[in-house]
Amino acid sequence: MNGLDYLVLLGVLVGIAAYGMWATRGRGDLRGYLQGGNTHWLTIGLSVMATQASAITFLSTPGQGYESGLGFVQNYFGAPLALILIAAVFLPIYRKLNVYTAYEYLGKRFDRKTRLLGAGLFLVQRGLGAGITIYAPAIVLSTVMGWRLDATIICSGLLVIAYTVSGGSPAVNLTQKYQIGVIFVGMIAAFFVLLAKLPAGLGLGDALAVAGGFHKLEAVDFSLNPDRRYTVWSGVLGGMFLALSYFGTDQSQVQRYLTGASLRESRLGLMFNAVFKIPMQFFILLLGALVFVFYQFERPPVFFNQAAWHQAAAHGAGGKLRALEADFNAAHADKQRHVNAWLAARHAGDPAAAAAERTAALAAHARTEAARDVTRTVLKAADPKALANDSDYVFVTFILDHLPHGLIGLLVAAFFAATFSSKAGELNALGSTTVVDVYRHVVRCDATDAHYVAASKWFTALWGFFAIGFALFCNLAENLIQATNIIGSIFYGVVLGLFLVAFFLRWVSGTAVFWAAVVSQVLVFVLYATLSISYLWYNVIGCGACMLLGVLIQAALPARQESTA
Amino acid sequence: MNQSPEPNDESTGLPGLRRWRSVYLVVAGIFVVWVVLLTVLTESYS
Repeated sequence: MNGLDYLVLLGVLVGIAAYGMWATRGRGDLRGYLQGGNTHWLTIGLSVMATQASAITFLSTPGQGYESGLGFVQNYFGAPLALILIAAVFLPIYRKLNVYTAYEYLGKRFDRKTRLLGAGLFLVQRGLGAGITIYAPAIVLSTVMGWRLDATIICSGLLVIAYTVSGGSPAVNLTQKYQIGVIFVGMIAAFFVLLAKLPAGLGLGDALAVAGGFHKLEAVDFSLNPDRRYTVWSGVLGGMFLALSYFGTDQSQVQRYLTGASLRESRLGLMFNAVFKIPMQFFILLLGALVFVFYQFERPPVFFNQAAWHQAAAHGAGGKLRALEADFNAAHADKQRHVNAWLAARHAGDPAAAAAERTAALAAHARTEAARDVTRTVLKAADPKALANDSDYVFVTFILDHLPHGLIGLLVAAFFAATFSSKAGELNALGSTTVVDVYRHVVRCDATDAHYVAASKWFTALWGFFAIGFALFCNLAENLIQATNIIGSIFYGVVLGLFLVAFFLRWVSGTAVFWAAVVSQVLVFVLYATLSISYLWYNVIGCGACMLLGVLIQAALPARQESTA
Repeated sequence: MNQSPEPNDESTGLPGLRRWRSVYLVVAGIFVVWVVLLTVLTESYS
């Protein structure tokens, strides 16, 4: 990055944050601070999208596309159906009761302990998630930029805390709108630069043929094997439960669409996401698949986390790593030759020769992957704490090596903007839930509005500092976007079970559903530790167990116990 | 709980889609179209 890139990066990030603080100053009352109100549907739609799509989405998802192809898009197949259900059932109830948080509804429907359980599960999983949200891009960007990791985490964390604490929910919504704009512009620009960088004469059709030839365009898988991580069935069913729980009961999302000026605005904001979520994820994955195509004609590094490679090479593993790099380079040159011959045969209308060259290219590709696998093993042996997965480094390596200056700054700004937008939504929700469901409900019930606004600001800041602290001591071995989804899936199913019992099983009481949720959460922990099924299924298991146990415990109870909180 | 409840606003304000049920059907239809297109893409390049 040069001076122009840093100018673009700082101008975009500080400019949006400063404008958000300035435009939302003076929102004194609690409703104005926590909900804002009168928000247009498009702002809600973009805000919901920006809260979900963190930097992990834009850094890690292209890496998924590069490594495994488009199959990850199936993870989002449940989202449109879930959003329709939320717009039709959940949202009217939340708005009718005029609640600040989703967990207030649990108190109204069941009792105090169930409300606190729902809020507590949210605070635990979202608190951990907020740490990962800030850690994930920081580890990647600091590594490739040569920045200090702790300074990256602290500086970016403090900027988000500043405008989220200052302006509350209105500032979060406003800044998210501009941040998602920067992200879209950056990703679309990267897409067109990528197409322009492909070899002369290689059109989009050829690029898709190459990607398809290496199995990168297998977007849907109708297999019934539960061990496969992404299938249509796990996506529609597990993904729907995950999306129902996330969009319908996670306060970081509920708070976004409760700011709508009317039920109509909130509903249209959700429908905006129901329509555009799948195409957006598809586009980001396709970008990764096309980066893969680009690197068939341009030699990639044997390991995309070059900093880790150089560090290991300088500390005793240099001989092995350079030999592996030579193997990789030779196999890649062989693959490149066969890919060119395959395309030439394809253009000449010779399917037999094209099939033979493609087979040879796949064999050469297997040799490059074998060299990469051994490289990972050597790196892990040199430093057991090193991350063996380099897919999160693929897209940012492409950006830094092949995009023009100015655009590099814009793309890095887009990654940080995505971090800020999702982190701000999370902090805003964590602060609101702590004040509304715990502090105002349990600790201090009769204070003034101004007191609760001040408390909201303090708790938002405290959660921000907790997230920074967690990020400073975090160490993740998994692909980052998967780590986020796994944490969510462990908790979300049970929380969704609480809400579905509340909405649809009117005869089940708070005591029954409370103990059902506690037992179900323990069950999910045990299953996660012992089984190796797709994590999406834990959403279904947690939710199903909570609902079933709730009914059974209710049947065993002598009489319905009713109380509200 | 905090303010008086708002009326249940049933107007979509969208041309040709007067009821929310119609909006949901269109959105579900778009989802089905996406799955079909992705299936065609998978079959075409596998």
